[in-house]
Amino acid sequence: MIKEYDTIAAIATSVSNAGIGKIRVSGSDAIRILDEIFEPYTPRYGNGYWPSHKVYFGNVVDEGEIIDECIVLVMKAPNSYTREDVVEFDCHGGVHVVYQVLSLILRHGARAAEPGEFTKRGFLNGRIDLSQAEAVMQLIESKNEASRQNSIRQIKGNIAEKIRPVREQILYEIAHIESALDDPEHISLDGYGDHLLALVQDWIDQVEKMLSTYDDGRFITEGIRTCIVGKPNAGKSSFLNVLLGEERAIVTEVAGTTRDTLEESVTIDGITLNIIDTAGIRDTEDTVEKIGVERARKEIEHADLVLFLIDMADGIQEEDIHIFKEIKDKKKIILLNKMDIGETFSMESLKDYVEDDTPCITISAKYRQGIDLFTKELKKMMFHGTIDEKQDFYLTNARHKNALEETLGSLRMVRGSIIDQMPEDFFTIDLMNAYEMLGSILGEAVGEDLIEEIFSKFCTGK
Amino acid sequence: MKNVEEYYDIVVVGAGHAGCEAALAAARLGCETILFTISMNSVAMMPCNPNIGGSSKGHLVREIDALGGEMGKNIDKTYIQSRMLNRSKGPAVHSLRAQADKDAYSTTMRYTLQNTDHLTLRQAEVTELMVEDGVITGVKTYSGAVYHAKAVVLATGTYLKARCLYGDVVNYTGPNGLQAANGLSQSLRDHGVELYRFKTGTPARIDKRSVDFSVMEEQTGDEKIVPFSFTNKEEDIRREQISCWLTYTNEKTHDIIRANLDRSPLYSGMIEGTGPRYCPSIEDKVVRFSDKNRHQLFIEPEGEYTNEMYVGGMSSSLPEDVQYAMYRTVKGLENVKIIRNAYAIEYDCINPNQLKSTLEFKNISGLFSGGQFNGSSGYEEAAAQGLIAGVNAALQCLGREQIILDRSQAYIGVLIDDLVTKENHEPYRMMTSRAEYRLLLRQDNADMRLTEIGHQIGLIDEDRYDKFIKKKQQITEEIERLKRCNIGANKAVQELLENNGSTPLKTSATLADLLRRPELDYAKLAPIDPDRPQLDDEVIEQVTIDLKYEGYISRQLKQVEQFKKQENRLIPEDIRYEDIKNLRIEAVQKLNQIRPHSIGQASRISGVSPSDLSVLVVYLHQMKYR
Repeated sequence: MIKEYDTIAAIATSVSNAGIGKIRVSGSDAIRILDEIFEPYTPRYGNGYWPSHKVYFGNVVDEGEIIDECIVLVMKAPNSYTREDVVEFDCHGGVHVVYQVLSLILRHGARAAEPGEFTKRGFLNGRIDLSQAEAVMQLIESKNEASRQNSIRQIKGNIAEKIRPVREQILYEIAHIESALDDPEHISLDGYGDHLLALVQDWIDQVEKMLSTYDDGRFITEGIRTCIVGKPNAGKSSFLNVLLGEERAIVTEVAGTTRDTLEESVTIDGITLNIIDTAGIRDTEDTVEKIGVERARKEIEHADLVLFLIDMADGIQEEDIHIFKEIKDKKKIILLNKMDIGETFSMESLKDYVEDDTPCITISAKYRQGIDLFTKELKKMMFHGTIDEKQDFYLTNARHKNALEETLGSLRMVRGSIIDQMPEDFFTIDLMNAYEMLGSILGEAVGEDLIEEIFSKFCTGK
Repeated sequence: MKNVEEYYDIVVVGAGHAGCEAALAAARLGCETILFTISMNSVAMMPCNPNIGGSSKGHLVREIDALGGEMGKNIDKTYIQSRMLNRSKGPAVHSLRAQADKDAYSTTMRYTLQNTDHLTLRQAEVTELMVEDGVITGVKTYSGAVYHAKAVVLATGTYLKARCLYGDVVNYTGPNGLQAANGLSQSLRDHGVELYRFKTGTPARIDKRSVDFSVMEEQTGDEKIVPFSFTNKEEDIRREQISCWLTYTNEKTHDIIRANLDRSPLYSGMIEGTGPRYCPSIEDKVVRFSDKNRHQLFIEPEGEYTNEMYVGGMSSSLPEDVQYAMYRTVKGLENVKIIRNAYAIEYDCINPNQLKSTLEFKNISGLFSGGQFNGSSGYEEAAAQGLIAGVNAALQCLGREQIILDRSQAYIGVLIDDLVTKENHEPYRMMTSRAEYRLLLRQDNADMRLTEIGHQIGLIDEDRYDKFIKKKQQITEEIERLKRCNIGANKAVQELLENNGSTPLKTSATLADLLRRPELDYAKLAPIDPDRPQLDDEVIEQVTIDLKYEGYISRQLKQVEQFKKQENRLIPEDIRYEDIKNLRIEAVQKLNQIRPHSIGQASRISGVSPSDLSVLVVYLHQMKYR
């Protein structure tokens, strides 16, 4: 028997001393196992009689010994997450009890589920499409509210909702061209180029719009890669501490990467910043320092956003000018620190170095002033003023992005062919490609490697 | 009484377009072959339209020729008019079509058969298959004679339990009043073969002297003729051509048809068989395209030495009196005399899903089949399958590996894959739209695609092969030369460009760059390309297409790469679909019926959904690591 279709079980909640711990069991033996280990308080249930979509209350029993008092949910195939018979045990929390119940279930013939296996079955059994399955994975990993909401919308199928109509229209046009090739007497292609051109343009607009949400989407799910720069003592560390200490901020330590720099993740007002504190940048002869400077340059290059701290008390120094050069083409916010002692600072002195639309905010890290202005500017800059959690669609998956980019490329080729007045049968080559690419997002034409890869990323229990 | 008993390598049943190709291929590969026909007068008969080729069918004929088949050569010898269709469209849909002298076509083919070594022609009706333990051992005829064979190719066309109908008249005959074959169907059933009942139809033949051509549009042949066979040059086959004539039905015609629909056996329910949607009778057209107030009709000669003409576009099974009435409403046919009535024909054929991609039956080893017997329609489709069935029967006999053409190699590959994989409930007709990679599968490059394979099989001789290699080399060299050859923006060049409505050069460009411009072609560049070698038109054509459409071709090649990946992902022959629990029952049934050899083929089975395919892919993946 192939392991794919036996009965699987896993703890579905996080393994901690939480209030409850949920164990999910899926497969054709789920009901039998329930029968063997669970004694409901209501005597008319049990012995194979478990009506679907009901909640049962009773004891999990191992050879006469009560292990835990549980609430049990039964969802029979096909109306379950996996489209198989699913039984969920809500145990009392506590790592030990949950593990005891799980090991009992495993002894009765279930197998510990692999990461992503429940969702994989949902996909394989046709309950969800691939983009939905991927969204489940993102949901589990979501760092903030916007990301969570976006994943939920994707699970409901909103990527599919955007893509399917375009895909169907493309197929319709392919079919039209081909039937005209085969039956020129009855189906005419006179003036068809103009008709198709308008459609193709519309599809291009739609795909471009979807693609344009990608950066926002990535910022939402992964956070904004943020680099803090400034000469030593400009207040980088204290500013970082202010952010980290903000009441509304949620701080996560990101464990040591290959970099020496410590990366901190902080979420302010729903925006997640992944902050990298860099060494200062200056021309130096010192070899050790040179390495640090090189590294800082790299960090800046990869950053989505640069925060540049300037010491107002010192005014613009040589080193600052140097930094200005380095970050010339980046998205940036200039933070003028030490407003409390920097009365002498002249805003005019900035004029030579920053573009008119670069935001410059005066703050005091020490007295926690100007932070509100900073977060407001952050939203304006990265999310066009606001993160719209209700926005129906953010593209967040790199695979989807690549497929959409390829779709876009093919559609532009079609547009080119029409404008060049190529014969109609040339249009279908690139139309077909666009059609296939959109299909790959929905998992309607995916290879085995992709399926395996996607599901290996899932965490257990989902 | 003692029955005749003979021994052959290969028996071919039926000498239509499929049977002729099968028998010739087998005999040419050295197998002792006997070809049975119900009548020696109906060898390679064209019982319907008097032409070979046309949209996508022309591609098939050129592919048959590139593989070493006979159809292309035979039509080149017997054509009376030739045209390249769709010249205004892209090169992928250019299609060659020739009007045939029907009698000449038939007798010329018969002559070729009769003069081929290892080949015996025999007039007899095969009524029984001999099968032992799932292996074919020979056939029996109506007279009781036994012919032992290592392989049998069935190509019975429309003759099995055939009956012809118009109005309430039924003739229990094959086409043209020829004797039907009534015995074999039962024998097939006895051996577990599933049969379908299909129908097709043909229009009336009319007397040329009763037609007023002065009110019709004349359709002449091309001035410059492209032969079907790659072995022929234009000058080898040039001849005076005979015209066809275009006219139209009108509302009066349609009124008569509508008023008499209830008298058509098609609509009265007398015909059980399913007809071809893509080659509809005039009744079907009037019903289905009710918004059209006219349909094209082509009045085509049936041959050089006959007054019979074919009314293309107006096949019918309406009663005789209605036929007279409706034909006489057509402009130019007001006083028409009918020589042969239009009729529908019903016949037994098989569900081709029972065949492997080699055209061998899955459950009877050594039994192959081709042509309308496999549920297709058309002479060219038949010949293509006949060739492959004959080749594979012979290769099996010789203990050699059989051939399968895939969808990216040939229209023949598309045709056979569709037949053996997809659900098909009507006579299957080849169409351009069925080929996914049609820019690569052009009629002009059929030799480039398939001569190599024909040579490997053994149907292309060394002389022809050497010529092919030379042509291929010339094409490559010329493309390289044009890509290398830089042209400066000098006065002569600018003038030439201007004279051809082309933008002058700003900097230098290669000859290839110039050739890619839509308004320019190879001939126009001659004055600024003094060093060009002397090349045949066929070579220049390939060079031009390869360069002009390079981008499209390379993108299509990428698609083929993807396709090949799926085709090369093989499914073990002993797979048990019942064991794959998450497959839907419908998918299990379909997969068991077709037994696809690859994931690619599985993906084309109707009734197997993308999620079924995912299940299958994951299952195979896990089997690897079990």
